[in-house]
Amino acid sequence: MNREISDLEERIKEEEAGSGHTAPEHRIEEEDGRPLGAASLYLWNDLFAFQAMQPGEGTSIHHLSALEELLERDKLREKDGFPRKIRIGRLVKPGKGGKEKIILVPTTVEEKFIHDTRKKEEEEKGGSSGGSGEGQEGEVIGEEPVHGTEGAGTGGSGQGEGDGHEIQSSAYDLGRILSEKFELPNLKDKGKKRSLTRYTYDLTDRHKGSGQLLDKKATLRNIIETNIGLGNINGSDEIDPSRLLVSPSDKVYRILSKEKDYESQAMVFFLRDYSGSMTGKPTEVVVAQHVLIYSWLLFQYEKQVETRFILHDTDAKEVPDFYTYYSSSVAGGTRVGSAYRLVNEIVEASSLARDYNIYVFHGTDGDDWDSDGSQTIPEIKKILAYCNRIGVTVAERSSGKLGNTAVERYIRKSGLLDEYPKQIRLDTVDEGTTEGRLIEGIRKLLS
Amino acid sequence: MELINQHTKQIMEGCKERAREAGLRFQDETLEYIVTNKDLLELTPKNMIPTLYDYWVHDVEVLREKGRYELYPNNPYETVINTRPAISFYNDNNPDWLNVMIFYHVLAHIDFFQNNLFFKDTWDEDFAGQALSDKRSIVMLRSEKGRWVDYVIEFSRAIDNLVGFYSELSEANAPPEIRASSKLDFYFDIFLQSIREVKLHEYLKEIDRYNDTLHQFGEVAESVFFSDVTRKYPEFEALFDKHKKREKESSKDLFQYLQENSPFLRKEENRWMNTILQIVRKTSLFFQPQIRTKILNEGWASYWHEKLFLRDDRIKGNEVAFARINALVTALPRVGINPYALGMRLFSHIEELADKGKLSYEFQRIRNARRREDFDKDTQEGSDRVFSVRDNYSDFTFINTFIDQDFVDRHKLFVVGRRLNQAKGVWEYFVQSRDAGQYKQMLLDALYHPPHVEINEAQTWENCLYLNHVFEGKPLVKEFIANTMLGISYLWGGTVKLETSEAEVEAREPVPTSPYYPPPPPAEKGHVFRRILYTMRDRKLTRTVL
Repeated sequence: MNREISDLEERIKEEEAGSGHTAPEHRIEEEDGRPLGAASLYLWNDLFAFQAMQPGEGTSIHHLSALEELLERDKLREKDGFPRKIRIGRLVKPGKGGKEKIILVPTTVEEKFIHDTRKKEEEEKGGSSGGSGEGQEGEVIGEEPVHGTEGAGTGGSGQGEGDGHEIQSSAYDLGRILSEKFELPNLKDKGKKRSLTRYTYDLTDRHKGSGQLLDKKATLRNIIETNIGLGNINGSDEIDPSRLLVSPSDKVYRILSKEKDYESQAMVFFLRDYSGSMTGKPTEVVVAQHVLIYSWLLFQYEKQVETRFILHDTDAKEVPDFYTYYSSSVAGGTRVGSAYRLVNEIVEASSLARDYNIYVFHGTDGDDWDSDGSQTIPEIKKILAYCNRIGVTVAERSSGKLGNTAVERYIRKSGLLDEYPKQIRLDTVDEGTTEGRLIEGIRKLLS
Repeated sequence: MELINQHTKQIMEGCKERAREAGLRFQDETLEYIVTNKDLLELTPKNMIPTLYDYWVHDVEVLREKGRYELYPNNPYETVINTRPAISFYNDNNPDWLNVMIFYHVLAHIDFFQNNLFFKDTWDEDFAGQALSDKRSIVMLRSEKGRWVDYVIEFSRAIDNLVGFYSELSEANAPPEIRASSKLDFYFDIFLQSIREVKLHEYLKEIDRYNDTLHQFGEVAESVFFSDVTRKYPEFEALFDKHKKREKESSKDLFQYLQENSPFLRKEENRWMNTILQIVRKTSLFFQPQIRTKILNEGWASYWHEKLFLRDDRIKGNEVAFARINALVTALPRVGINPYALGMRLFSHIEELADKGKLSYEFQRIRNARRREDFDKDTQEGSDRVFSVRDNYSDFTFINTFIDQDFVDRHKLFVVGRRLNQAKGVWEYFVQSRDAGQYKQMLLDALYHPPHVEINEAQTWENCLYLNHVFEGKPLVKEFIANTMLGISYLWGGTVKLETSEAEVEAREPVPTSPYYPPPPPAEKGHVFRRILYTMRDRKLTRTVL
C-alpha cells in the first residue's frame, strides 16, 4: 500500500481500511528507530524519548461500553440537525490462511480550518523532510516499496477455530452497524436456500468439568473471569498468576459432537484489478468498499456467506484470503474479461449456481486493454444468467471528468444496465472519495 | 498519581541548586508525579493536564494522523506542565542517574516557560487550578443544558486554532511609552503620509516642531502639539477616533468577535455559551506558545541536561549509560527532524559564534572563507547570548536567524527528497539539497502555522458574518470546511461566508495576495489559485467562484 507523507485523506483511510502495512514513516522508524517526515517534528516528546514510556492501550471494557453510547450520541446529533461525527474505523490485521481480523474502532476527527499541506502523489518531489550524514546531492539513501506485499502469500491451514470466529463476529458487527447506522437496505430474498442435509462430527462442543480434550484458551478465560469476580484481578494492573484461584468448573473440555452443517446461502466473488495503474488510492477505495460490502452481506445472511477472492491484471487468479486480496500488486496491464471468465469457470466447475445466491463485486480504475469490451461483455452476460447481482465500482483518477473510462463506456454501450437493471449496477467514484460516499455507493450497488 | 518519594525529591532539590548556579532561573516550588500506564491513558487526551474539562471526543480514538499537530496546538504527551507550581511526570522505575538527567531537562523547560517572552501571558497563572474551576463550570452547565454543552464545546474547538495569540502577546509585551503614543503614530505614520500626503520637507518640519514642543513643555507636550494640529487639520480628531475603533476591532480574534457581536450569543437564553467560548479560547491560548517554541524549548533543555549532568558530582560512574540515552535522544537522525538534536546543536553553534565575536556586523562583512574561519575576537559573549535567545526567540525567529551554511555544513544536514521509481516500484529517498537556504525553508514549512482568518467587517451585517482567509500559498483542507463553518454559523446564529483560495485546473487570472505575505509559490502545473466564496446558510454549504 502506498501512502504519501502528509496526505490527510489517506490518513483517515489508514484507520478505516488500513491493514498491517506500515506507513512510510513507520517503516523508516523500524529501520533506525526514528520517525520520518517534517511533521514528525512535533511527535517527539520527553516521556517517550527519555523514559521509554509507551502510550497506553485502552482496555477492551472501555471500548465496548463506549461504542453503543457513542452511536447513540451520534444518532441524537442527526436529530439536532448536525452531521454525524463518529466513524467506524476498520483495521484489517493480517493473519495466516484467512484468519485476518477486522477490528472496529470508533474514531472521529475534530474539523478546523487548517492548511492543506498534502501533495499530489505523482508530484511529490519537494523536500519532505530533513536528514543528516554523508551523501552527495542526488544520491539515493533509502528505498521503500510502494506496495507492502508483492505477489500473493500462500495461506496455511488455520489453527483452531477461535481466531476464525473472531474475524467473523467483528465483521458481522460492522455489518450490523452499517445496516442500522447507515440504513442500508435489507435483502429481500434471503433465507431461501437453507439446507440441513449434511452432518459432520467434530470436537467442537464444549463441556465444563470433563471431556476429551482440555481447551486451554477457554479454560484460561474462565479462570480470569472467576478471578475478576473474586476481585483478584482489577483493571489493567499486571496479573499475578500465582494468586489466581482455579475452580473445577472453570475447566473447559472439547467433546465429540454431531454438527449440522449449514450450507452457505451466499457466495460472494470479490474481483479486483491489481494492475500497475491501480497503485495507491484506487486500490484503497475499492478495498475499503469491499470490506464494507463483505461485512454487510455477512450480517444480512447471518454469517452464512462464503467468499472467493479474485485478482486480475491481464490474467486472473484466485487468492485464498482477504489479506492477500487486499495487499497484492503487480505492475502489469489490464484485461477485465479474464476475471469474469474465471468466475464463470469456478461457478461451472462446482455448479454453484444451483445452491447459492451469487454476488459478484468488481473494483477497477476503469482501464481495460480490451477497450470495446468484446471479451468482457460476453462473460458478464453469462454471469447475469445466474447471479443475484453484479456490482462494478470504478474508482477513477481524479484528473479529468468522471465517467469516461473504458470499462464504463463499454458497459454503458452494451445496454446491460438497462436490460438487467436488477442484476447489474455500476458506480463511479472519485479516487479521493469519503466513507459516506462509499456507503452511498454500496446502497447503489445493492439496493 | 502519586508524588515522587522523598529520596527522589531530594535529588531534584540538588539539581535545582546546581541549575541555579549555572544561571537558570525558575520558581522554587515544583511538583513531580509518578505516572503509570493507566494514568497516561486518562491524561493523554487531556494533554496531561489532570484537571482539564471532560469532553466526549476524549473517549474516542482520535485519528492519529500525521497532521495532528495542525489540529491540536499541543503535545498529548507533554512531560512538563507550564503552571504554578510547575508539574512534571515520571516513570516509576527510573534509576537515580536517569532521574538526574531528566530533572535537568525538566528544570531547563521550566526555566524556559518562566523566562521566554512568548509565555508572558502564562507567567502569573496557575493553569491547573483554573482548568479545575473551568471543569466544574462545564459540569454544572452540562447538568442544566445536557448535550448542547458538548455542541458548543465542539463548535468552539473548531475555531480554537484561530485565536489571536500574537495580538494578545504584543499587547502584553508592549512597553507603556509606546502604547501611549498611538496618536502620534497615527499622526506621523498614517495621517501625514497616507491621508494628507505631505511633502518630505513638511514632514520633517512637523517632526522638528514636535521635538521642540517636547523640549519646551515636557509632559504636556503631546496635548499642546495636538491642539496646534487640530487647528490646522480640524478633521484630525474624528479620523483618529475612527482609526482607533477600527484598530481595536481588527485585533480581535474570531472568539472575541463572536462574543461581542453575535446576535445569537447576545440573546439572554444563550448567555451561558459565552462561558464555554471563554474556556476553550483560554485553553487554546495557553498552549499556543508551547507549539511555537518546540525546537527552541527542547533544544534549550537538551543543551542544559547534557551540560549539567556531566558536571554533576553525585552520579559518577554512569557516564556510559548516560551517553547511550543521551545519544538516543539527541543524535541527528539520518532522515527526519529531531527537535532535541537540532535545537541543542543550534544553541551550541550560537554560543560558539558569540564567544568568538562572530555574531557581529564586522564578521558578516567578511567574504573570505579562510578569514571567516580564523576570525576570533575572543569576546566570550556566548553565555549571555544563549540566555538572550532563550528570552526573546520563537522557533521561527530562531531558525530564520541562526541557520546558516556553516551550521548546515558542519552537521552534514540536508533536505531529503522523495520520488517514485516506477521501474523498481519503490519510493526513493535521496539527498535533495545541502543548501542552507533550502534547509531553512524546509524547516520553516514544517513549523506549526494555522491559517489567518480575518473578519471582513465591511461585508458583515446583522445576519451574515463574512470571513476572509488571508491566502499564503496554502489552501485550506476542503473536507473540513463544511463542518467548521457549520459550527461558526451556529455560534453566529445566521449565515456565514468564507472567502478563500483553491487550486483550480483551468488557467485563470492569478489571485492577488496580501502584500504582507510572501507571494505564493507557483501552483502545480496547470493549476491556478482562485478566490472561492463558501456560504453556509441554513446548514447548507454552497460554493461559488469569485
